[in-house]
This record gives sequence, C-alpha cells and structure tokens, in this order.
Amino acid sequence: MQNMSLGKNSIVVDKISKRYDGFSLDNVSFNLPKGCIMGFIGENGAGKSTTIKIILGLVNPETGNVSVLGDSAQNGDIREDIGVVFDEGCFPDEMNADNLRSSFKYIYKNWDSNVFDDYLKRFAIPHKKNMKDFSRGMKMKLAIAVALSHKAKLLVLDEATSGLDPIVREQILDVFMEFIQNEENSILLSSHIVSDLEKVCDYITFIHEGKILLSKEKDLLMEEFGLLKCSKKELESMPKDAIERVRENQFGVEALVKRNKIGRNAIVDKATLEDIMLFMIRGNKVC
Amino acid sequence: MNIIISNSSNKPIYEQITNQVKNIIISGEMTTGDVLPSMRLLAKELRISVITTKRAYEELEREGFIETVTGKGSFVADKNPELLREEHLKRIEENLVKACDIAKVAKISKEEIIEMLKLIYEV
Repeated sequence: MQNMSLGKNSIVVDKISKRYDGFSLDNVSFNLPKGCIMGFIGENGAGKSTTIKIILGLVNPETGNVSVLGDSAQNGDIREDIGVVFDEGCFPDEMNADNLRSSFKYIYKNWDSNVFDDYLKRFAIPHKKNMKDFSRGMKMKLAIAVALSHKAKLLVLDEATSGLDPIVREQILDVFMEFIQNEENSILLSSHIVSDLEKVCDYITFIHEGKILLSKEKDLLMEEFGLLKCSKKELESMPKDAIERVRENQFGVEALVKRNKIGRNAIVDKATLEDIMLFMIRGNKVC
Repeated sequence: MNIIISNSSNKPIYEQITNQVKNIIISGEMTTGDVLPSMRLLAKELRISVITTKRAYEELEREGFIETVTGKGSFVADKNPELLREEHLKRIEENLVKACDIAKVAKISKEEIIEMLKLIYEV
C-alpha cells in the first residue's frame, strides 16, 4: 500500500562474515523494512547474538556491510535512535528505577522522563526497589521501558522475551504493537523459542550454524510449508521435489512439504513456525 | 464492526478478514464513504502481522469493495450495484448447491425442492 514505506529498510545486513574459534558467521544477509517486526530465530549458538552485535556496531565483521537507519550504528546519532534490550538485565543491581531515570537523562539527548514514568506505572515497576530484588519479568519490562523512553525508531531485542510468563508477554506485545503504529518504527526480535510473540512478526529470518536458512514474509512462509503425516510407502509415491525434510518413527513418517508441489490429494496439516524450525534442523533430506 | 480470527480455520487470516469485511459491506452495516480501521490499528487489535492486514485490504481494493487514499486511510467504495448483485448471486448459488446435494443424497425430487423454494420465498 502506498502509505507504507515498505521500500525503505531500517536494517540492511549485507553478506557479513565473522570467524571465531569453533564458530563462524557465514555470508549473512537480510533486510528489515521500516514499519515491520522481524523475528530472528534459531537455536542457541546459531549466531543470533553475534549478528545483533555486528548490527549494533559492537563487533566488526571481517567482511560485509551493515546499515542501520541509513548509516552505521557506530555513529552516535544513530545510536540515539536505537532502543536495545539484552537477554540479561544489564543495569547495576544496586540501582533502582529512579536512579536509572536520572542517569539516562545525561546519556540520551532525547530522553523523556515522563514517558519513562508512564511505562513504570503501566508495568507496575516500583521506583525505589533495588534491581537485585527484581524478578526476570520486571527486569525485562524495565529494560523495555528504558529502550522506549528516548524516542527510538528501531527496537532491537536479543532473547529478551524468553522465559517470561504469559501476562508479561501480553503486556510486551501490546507495547510492541503500539510502537509499530508509527510506520517509521521497526523491531528486530531475536529468540530461540517460537512463541506468541512471533504471531505479530511480519518477517521471519531463520539462522542455523551461522548461515541464514531463510528470510521472508511470515505469511508466505506459513503458506509455503505444510505438514504431511503418512506411511513410508505413501511418502515414496509423493513428488520428490515437494518434500523438504522428513522425520521417521517406527510407525510412520512426518514430512515438511511444499504445499504447491504436493498435489491436491495429500492431506496436509498446517505447519507452525516451531515445526518448520524443528524439521529444518532435525529432519533429514530425501535424496 | 466485528472481525473474528480463528486459528483453527483452514482459511488464511487475510482471507478471513476480507470475507468478514465483505459481509459487513454487503449487509449494509457499513456504507459508501465509511472509514475502515487503519491497517496498523487492525493488526494491533487482532495481534497479527501488518503485512497480513495490508494484504487483506489490497484484496478488498482489487475487488472494488474499498478505496484507499494515501494519508487518509481506507473507505468503503462507492457501491457498484452490479458488483453487489453479483456477490449476492454467488452466495445464493453456493447455498442452493448445498441444498441440491442434500436433496440428491436423500432422493428428493427437483419438483419438491422447487415447491419448497416457492413456499419459503413467498413467506
């Protein structure tokens, strides 16, 4: 639609590579269009955090380029526009929410204490309690409150939403959807679990062993794949190019199949994102 | 205006939205010029991807049910009577096909069905 700036990207990752002992990021590329939410999924150790660190300019890639909001995240002005939430609470234990408010005033040019106070109220976060006594959910909500209180245009969350209870997830989801009402804003959300939060994702990027397996619109992904459950013999009669991955058990087989190639006679169930992820990683290819 | 998304439906979410918006327009609940919720608001409220609502609206636009004006939003399009009649006929046909299928299974004659239809229509 014309009024959506889908053509413009807030993140462009172009063929980045980085080698570590025992792990390498290999030719990783994807784009996050403005106004969209991207779920960046993969197992633990697949390369999500390394990619995010490179996007944020905390680590330099050996080859390739990254552009964030039209520039490099090593540019201080660009950093002002990025709200970041990491897996572990990254604020000192002995501080409370009020201390954070007074510190961030000096860190971010666009810091807005009123917005921050609104979030504290909404998330029911106490002002004076030390963070060492916070639950995981509270720490995450506080980190999100900070990330959204300096007029960021891009929100990057690394494993921030795993291990949270359904009520907290619900609150966070609401905040995400409000943030994205402004079509200039976008969210990159990395996770190793596929959850209710991915429901709202516009794009899914799937990384495995340092390589991008796929990066596309979630709706297209869900339409492309289906789950076929049948006997081994029945599977052999199916078109080979329709079968993406197979998992066998003693009593039958399950296959991740391409809906448009499998033919009309096969009964194909919906494949969830979790199914797609499991089959891509654990399933076998048919030769 | 109610839009209900079912996760167990075999229909893709965008199609569930287009069908329900069409029903709202055909039933007259919304008429020419009425404003539809923005794509982003609809995505937020239904907790779905913006791309899904965008696709639903594009579909509705293509079929002539709504119009989208950049910066102003989406509106119910000027009703084309032919289009609406066509849509109604399509629905009647669908339901008659179902009725005939049942009749054939139960070996009920065409004459009996026509008689029944006359009675029902004249009530």
